[in-house]
Amino acid sequence: MSHEIPIDEGYLDMDLLRFTTAGSVDDGKSTLIGRLLYDSKNTFEDQIEAVEETSKKRGDENVNLALLTDGLRAEREQGITIDVAYRYFATPKRKFIIADTPGHIQYTRNMVTGASTANLAIILVDARTGVIEQTCRHAFIANLLRIRHVIVAVNKMDLVDYSEERFEEITKEFEEFASRLDNIVDMVTIPISALHGDNVVEKSTNTPWYEGPTMLYHLENVYIGSDHNHVDARFPVQWVIRPHSDEHHDFRGYAGRVAGGVFKPGDDVVVQPSGFTTKIKAIESLEGPQEQAFAPLSCTMTLEDEIDISRGDMIVKANNPPKKEQVIEAMICWFSEDKQLQPRGKYYLRHTTKEVKAIVQEVKYKVNINTLHKVEDDTTFGLNEIGRVSIRCSAPLLFDSYRRNRQTGSFVLIDSQTNETVAAGMIV
Amino acid sequence: MEEERNSYRVNHLAQLESEAIFVLRETAAQFEKPALLFSGGKDSIVMAHLARKAFHPARLPFPLVHVDTGHNFPETLEYRDKYVEEIRADLVVGLVQDSIDQGRVQEEKGPFASRNALQTVTLLDTIEDNQYDACLGGGRRDEEKARAKERFFSHRDDFGQWDPKNQRPELWNIFNGRKHHGEHFRVFPLSNWTEMDVWQYIKAEGIPLPSLYFSHKRDVVHRNGAMLAISDVVTPQEGEEVEKDAVVRFRTIGDMTCTGAVYSDASTMDDIIQEVATARQTERGTRADDKRSETAMEDRKKEGYF
Repeated sequence: MSHEIPIDEGYLDMDLLRFTTAGSVDDGKSTLIGRLLYDSKNTFEDQIEAVEETSKKRGDENVNLALLTDGLRAEREQGITIDVAYRYFATPKRKFIIADTPGHIQYTRNMVTGASTANLAIILVDARTGVIEQTCRHAFIANLLRIRHVIVAVNKMDLVDYSEERFEEITKEFEEFASRLDNIVDMVTIPISALHGDNVVEKSTNTPWYEGPTMLYHLENVYIGSDHNHVDARFPVQWVIRPHSDEHHDFRGYAGRVAGGVFKPGDDVVVQPSGFTTKIKAIESLEGPQEQAFAPLSCTMTLEDEIDISRGDMIVKANNPPKKEQVIEAMICWFSEDKQLQPRGKYYLRHTTKEVKAIVQEVKYKVNINTLHKVEDDTTFGLNEIGRVSIRCSAPLLFDSYRRNRQTGSFVLIDSQTNETVAAGMIV
Repeated sequence: MEEERNSYRVNHLAQLESEAIFVLRETAAQFEKPALLFSGGKDSIVMAHLARKAFHPARLPFPLVHVDTGHNFPETLEYRDKYVEEIRADLVVGLVQDSIDQGRVQEEKGPFASRNALQTVTLLDTIEDNQYDACLGGGRRDEEKARAKERFFSHRDDFGQWDPKNQRPELWNIFNGRKHHGEHFRVFPLSNWTEMDVWQYIKAEGIPLPSLYFSHKRDVVHRNGAMLAISDVVTPQEGEEVEKDAVVRFRTIGDMTCTGAVYSDASTMDDIIQEVATARQTERGTRADDKRSETAMEDRKKEGYF
């Protein structure tokens, strides 16, 4: 990589930001990603050469940076299903993971998938057309998946003469709509031209009236530390470690990834669903005992008492239990191309490290994702449809609302015949 | 707020580590007979290291599987045996020589023969013989464009084929490893790592690597633009340029017949990280030679291991 990463201890200690990009087909999303990679010097020289050459061959006026993310285009030509592609770049400050979801028919499913792990969403708006139906759909999905941070990139500012008035107009339009989206706590609007690079990495001289950050500056500096829940202690047990060795004869460690809160040795904990109480003896690691473990770290804990615990159980703090219900209400997005939701059909429901059988009891309503209106008279559920359902499980789930905790509030439905993942769910 | 910023901050390497450990544990939990593909290269060494962390203080709940072409660098095998002993892991070796002896594959003839392509068969046979239902590999999405959409849990049909049309969406950290009889999975815990992350992690964790990765003196022969180490299986032919005591290192580790060395005096981790950070510039000039060997390596990975 042509990017020089300074060799000091700092480079081993960067932040990680995951973001997703949303835009319609011609909003310039590929160009924007290409521009981010190119201007932040995260492209290989041979890649740039290839892109320059192809651009020249095609008679493009400018170097077509969209070609940098061309893997997907090739797939499209081959007729392969296009879904989420992940891309990586880094600056000395942060490492970035982009979930790039191409804007085409299966957009909803892909954006939901990409958004599920993202801290931030970039929503592209064409400065000429302004906020359109699709923009609202993208914002709705970002909000539904509880993305806290949104950048509205008003692109193609060059085509509206870098008009401050036009930019303000679009900002206002979007803010009016977004005021209804209560999961988005931080939103910035940035006037850019991905094609010419205005305000993407370099501050533009074409927009002297704009005093906000460039896109990269914002990506590098937006505070995302509070995206994890550090209040409600949740530890879904993933695997039980029993060495059966002379050295660790009685060792029984509970391995998992902290899904919320903070755990420390000595904490009073309850093991759900059994309800047994005990204390944390130690938080173990290859490097020795740890002082604490918090989301999203993987760890292994030992407990003071010998209790029968297995995968799918959850260790929580004594004074702060999760909800425990056999019937849940959730927003789901349907993913299967082949099969619609079967009323009373049986699915596997996978939630944290637990799997249960589940029946969709009732479709409460669907959301028309173009108008965002509720649809109550049509309860069929097909690909890309989003709506609210109630689900009955074969055993109680230990959960929080998705709003409160993305890890303990999310699940997928799996078709019991094909084993395909057919829906994503967010518990209300 | 300030306090929270400091105490609950998790840097990029710790996040990647935590994610990889989660995926390793999911693999152990969701499959009956997983295995970890171990080539002795840096990615597989990082994988084994993460697996140790994931299951400490127990031994790994799956074996390391190495496909031995018989053309490995002695340093690789030495490292492998020492490492396996140190972490008390089970090692399963699939020998390409066995595949040749059994007539499963035809060996190339001549002074330029390579067993590179043959190991795919040996690998698939080893998987089938041992009935592994999930193979953990060190593949990363940043390796090339086509891998950008690869899943952590990559579903394979009962012919071992990857069907890009039939991959399951992966949301949050929920991984669906359900399968029908005969199907299996390839699992890639390092999906979200870049090459730089791997090097940084090796440095941060102080993971020892085979000496081949560091600058050393070696007799090499220039062949088809690549610089190959002279050995029993690579002997200089007439007209080929031989260089004594060249100062080189290896960026990837594979067969002696096809893994090209690069000139380098990078002898520490910091040197290597600096070299990786700037490699693509300097590599350009010698692209024809060096690239060929590097892509040959990648192809092997794609067809065989991944």
